[in-house]
Order: sequence, then C-alpha cells, then structure tokens
Amino acid sequence: MSEEIKVETAKFDARFPNTNQTKNCWQNYVDYHSCVNASGEGCEYYKKVFQSLCPVEWVSNWDEQREAGTFTGKI
Amino acid sequence: MNIRELKGRKEALGNWGYGDAPEPWQLGLQDPGCYLMEDIVQFHDWIMYILVLILSFVLWLIVRALTTNSTNMYLVDAPVIEIIWTLIPAGVLMFIALPSLKLLYLMDEIGEPALTIKAVGHQWYWSYEYSDYGNSTVEFDSYMIPTSDLNSGDLRLLEVDNRLVVPIHTQVRVLVTGADVLHSFAVPSLAVKIDAVPGRLNQTNFLIKRPGVYYGQCSEICGANHSFMPIVIEGVAMEKYTNWIGALLSE
Repeated sequence: MSEEIKVETAKFDARFPNTNQTKNCWQNYVDYHSCVNASGEGCEYYKKVFQSLCPVEWVSNWDEQREAGTFTGKI
Repeated sequence: MNIRELKGRKEALGNWGYGDAPEPWQLGLQDPGCYLMEDIVQFHDWIMYILVLILSFVLWLIVRALTTNSTNMYLVDAPVIEIIWTLIPAGVLMFIALPSLKLLYLMDEIGEPALTIKAVGHQWYWSYEYSDYGNSTVEFDSYMIPTSDLNSGDLRLLEVDNRLVVPIHTQVRVLVTGADVLHSFAVPSLAVKIDAVPGRLNQTNFLIKRPGVYYGQCSEICGANHSFMPIVIEGVAMEKYTNWIGALLSE
C-alpha cells in the first residue's frame, strides 16, 4: 500500500496568503461545483484542493445545503 | 519519583531524553523539535542577555547613587546625558524588535507544504483529518487517557489514545478549527499555538527535525474539561508515516 501513497497537498495560493484560510476552502468548493455545472471537465484540481483544506463536517453540511437548495454560494 | 518511574518517564519522552513534554516546576522552555523553535529559543536567550546587562547597570547606578558622598545640589538640566539615555534604550529596543519581527513573519511562512492535517477542537477532545488522498479521508478522535488507565512512566493528563502521526523533515500544514467553542492548538516544542475558532480555518505549519513524541495542550479555556484534552504528535520517518496512513486508508 505504501508505494501508492503520494505525499502531496494543496499548494500555496497567493490569493489567500493569510492565516485565515476559510475563504480558500470555500472558494475551491464553490469553484468545483460551478465547474461541474458548467462543463464537468477538468474540475478535479478544485476537488483535490477543497478536500485537502475543508473540514469534513463543513463539506457534508454544504452538500446537504446544495441538495436542499439553501446553499448560499453561486454555483 | 523513584528510579523505575524515572526510567519509564525517559522512555515516554521519546527515548532520547529530550524535553518535549512539560516537567513539574519547569521554568525554562521545552527542547526545540523544529528549526523555528530553535530560533525562538535563541531569541529568548538574546533578550535575557540584554535584560541581565540592563539590570546590572541599573543596579550599579542605584548602589552608586545611594552610597556616594558627592551629590550635585545645583543640577537643573543635563542635555547631553538626556540625549544619551534616550538614544541607547531606543537602540536596544531596535535590537530586540528587528529579530522579533523577523521571527514573526517566518512563523507565518508556510512554503510548499507536503501534507495537510486538519485539527478540530471539540468539547473536550481533538479530532484529526488527513484528506490528501482523494475520496478516502482518514478521520479519528484523540481522547486523553484517564489517570487510572496509565502505564508506568506515562505522562499524566498528557497521553492520548490516538496520536497525530506526521513525517519528519517534511513541511506540514495544519488547519485548525473548532466545532463548538474556542479552543487552541498548542505544541511548545514545535512552536505552534493557534486558536481553533468555530466557522474559521486557521493555518499554521511546522517542520519536525527529529523523531519523537511531542506533547501539547488545549490553550484556550473551553469549559469543564479544558485541562483534559491534550495533543500528542508523533514525528516518524516518511516511510513509517506512509505505512501508517496506508494501513488506515485500506481499513
């Protein structure tokens, strides 16, 4: 199994240079879903980043909100 | 503390005798586990050096003033000495402020992290997430081991059931948030202390320079069991880390 493990993570993003990374997580989540809605192709990068950055609980909350139509982001 | 306990304690301290955990009546800093902490310790020593110089000088002045027979009764002003005792302290403050600012900005520098770990503070335990591996996320809670369940040599109020395992010589990004109230993720040996704020993701980082077990505690008063939610980070070689995370991912 250990051969398959690739140690890499979301890179530094110059849009979010501060300690507060909340918006970094949020933006990548929103970008992923708008990308999927728009084309559905080449969106994997956003997914990798938001999965690396966002707490699991936040993502599941937002997923529920998207399904219920109450998500506040523009996607 | 008897010899058996002492030996057990040494083993608990990562086998190398490093102080990566607090000791009873400790006055100094814990041993640095990362390069940044080495710089912080050096900065602390530098300030202490200046402090001793100033204290000695002021003490000497006081003793001189109290014991001398020759007092200038007609002194009203002395511009030269006033300029000197303004400029010298200003210079001393510069020599403290500049390295301090340098360290402050270095601590914010995350470089190119190889690994992201999320630490979520709960009332009253930490939970950790490793989610750099596609759709499978490794998630676990880390509870303190109660005193009644400790083995000989374990550290009271500091041991946890599931440690945070990270590779050494690797830039690690830590994202900290809270699930309920304010907490604070703090590990002194790794120069990490950052608030866990509900609804906000705070980023910090460390690069561990030697294998070991690093102990920390919640550092923002968060309720009844605030004292009982320690943090334990185990720094291991990259190969051990990939084996460990691989085993958890395949579970």
